Amino acid sequence: MTIIEARGLGRTFKTRRGVVEAVAGVDLAVEQGEIVGFLGPNGAGKTTTFRLLTTLLRPTTGTATVVGADLIRDPVGVRMGIGYVPQAIGVVGGGSDPNSTVREELVLQGRLYRKPAAEAARRADLLVRQLDLVGLERRLTKTLSGGQRRRLDIALGLVHSPRVIFLDEPSTGLDPQSRSNLWDHIRRLRKELGTTVFLSTHYLDEADALCDRVLVIDHGKVVAEGRPEELKQRLSGDIITLSLNGDPGIVQETFAGRADIREITLNGCMMRLTVQHGERVLPELLRILDGAGVTLNSVQLISPTLDDVFLTLTGRGLRDGTMVMPDPLLSAAAS
Amino acid sequence: MNFVLDTRLVFGRQMRLALRNPVWTVISLLQPVMFLVFFGPLFASVFNRGLTGGAGNAYGYFVPGLLIQLGLFGSASVGFSIIADFRYGIVDRLRVTMVSRLAILAGRILRDVVVLLVQSVMLILVGLAFGLRAPVTGILIGLGFIALIAVSLSALSYGIGLLTKSEAVLASGLNLLIMPIVLLSGIMLPLTIGPGWLQGIGSVSPFRYIIDAMREAYVGNYGGAVMVEGISVAVAMALICLCAATMIFLRENSR
Repeated sequence: MTIIEARGLGRTFKTRRGVVEAVAGVDLAVEQGEIVGFLGPNGAGKTTTFRLLTTLLRPTTGTATVVGADLIRDPVGVRMGIGYVPQAIGVVGGGSDPNSTVREELVLQGRLYRKPAAEAARRADLLVRQLDLVGLERRLTKTLSGGQRRRLDIALGLVHSPRVIFLDEPSTGLDPQSRSNLWDHIRRLRKELGTTVFLSTHYLDEADALCDRVLVIDHGKVVAEGRPEELKQRLSGDIITLSLNGDPGIVQETFAGRADIREITLNGCMMRLTVQHGERVLPELLRILDGAGVTLNSVQLISPTLDDVFLTLTGRGLRDGTMVMPDPLLSAAAS
Repeated sequence: MNFVLDTRLVFGRQMRLALRNPVWTVISLLQPVMFLVFFGPLFASVFNRGLTGGAGNAYGYFVPGLLIQLGLFGSASVGFSIIADFRYGIVDRLRVTMVSRLAILAGRILRDVVVLLVQSVMLILVGLAFGLRAPVTGILIGLGFIALIAVSLSALSYGIGLLTKSEAVLASGLNLLIMPIVLLSGIMLPLTIGPGWLQGIGSVSPFRYIIDAMREAYVGNYGGAVMVEGISVAVAMALICLCAATMIFLRENSR
């Protein structure tokens, strides 16, 4: 069942320098029970899209249905069914007040969803246990560690047992241990509560480790979508690097006709092949080389990362839109 | 009524935060108290020598001015807190719940009114120790004016804060606004002793009418035209500021 569906969703801002199209007609669908990653560099439109889908911002174009409620006609229906955890930069952000205690925040949030006091308190106690915050109830949130803060922020988004939770860059600024701990919690959300998770990130390893499906957004538009594996295969392929003894020209001729080799580049005796499903192709290639009497100094098989995918799609690296250093082998071959 | 319940929740939270850190409530009281203690006696001796041809109730004249000053500096700066809350994601976190979006504003304003009234009572008590004499009804009417000023200025400050989301803009806006108001409303000295052009400019400031009415209340005149004028101006100002802030709060916020 489709739980989030957006058609041509767009938002423009008027600034002093003119009209900025932050989200330029996004089409997307998220199925119930999925963990979907929204991947893109800073400023690609991830946060704005989330703010549109969570009724915090009115779209200038397009429509969307979230948990069965229309975004424009029934914003209250949307709010009942979703949780939203705002972005945090270091300890600033995420939604909790530095001078409130963990329990105060959870109880208040429950009350704001119009739960009676007793139910809000019961729910707060349950979430404290579920998100490993036991013993921290009376602590001011500013005294929590980064990982604890993020778990509290997520707990705040869950007080009303929403069917979908939006996590805006949940692991930004966390140390590796807290990140993997947070990932476990996010996986458990789906496994134990059946919550659909839509999270934005600019970390590829996060999307890779956590998400069933990835939407890649750039300049306010979804430019690709699919399972992480699928995207990597479809857009980048695996790369096999062979260091050859003997005449690379003969080898190149042998390989040239093969449909499963997408690209061959040669630099001296280094040969670089772009193939699909490298792990299946490589043994066969080695047999052919053996049969042709060509020996090898070394073989390397590299699976692409989502970073490569992003580079292929947009011509830019993922982090802050910086240019990625050109591959020395490729540029040498080109010159 | 969901709005009332929501406002109570937001008010309760803001009140708890204010009580958790009472230092700020005390610090913002320091300035008017210092005026009262270190400047009050000088003012009283000038005043009593017939500066205004006054009846010798220097503190009855001086304290209402200080109360308005307290309100001007205190309430007007509350907008900084909403900018901080926006940065912390708190505004979004509240807005995504079922809570009435207007209650987020109303609960905060209510807190600011209560805080300012508590501060005012403390200032009045110090004033009494220094020789302020005024009827209880007059003092209560004065507190009513203070409450209306708190509503107006905090609504305005939250509105500007949420609209610009910039501490720098809010700070320079306040500087630009508050100093002329203090100078042009006869808060320290009566404008009537100044030249005609100064009185002319001063008549634009709503606070001028409010302070005149407050001073009337402190000497026990409750029914005059000055009082009617003061109340009308204070209520109108509160309504206008509330409407403006409501519009800003209800409109989707950009970025």
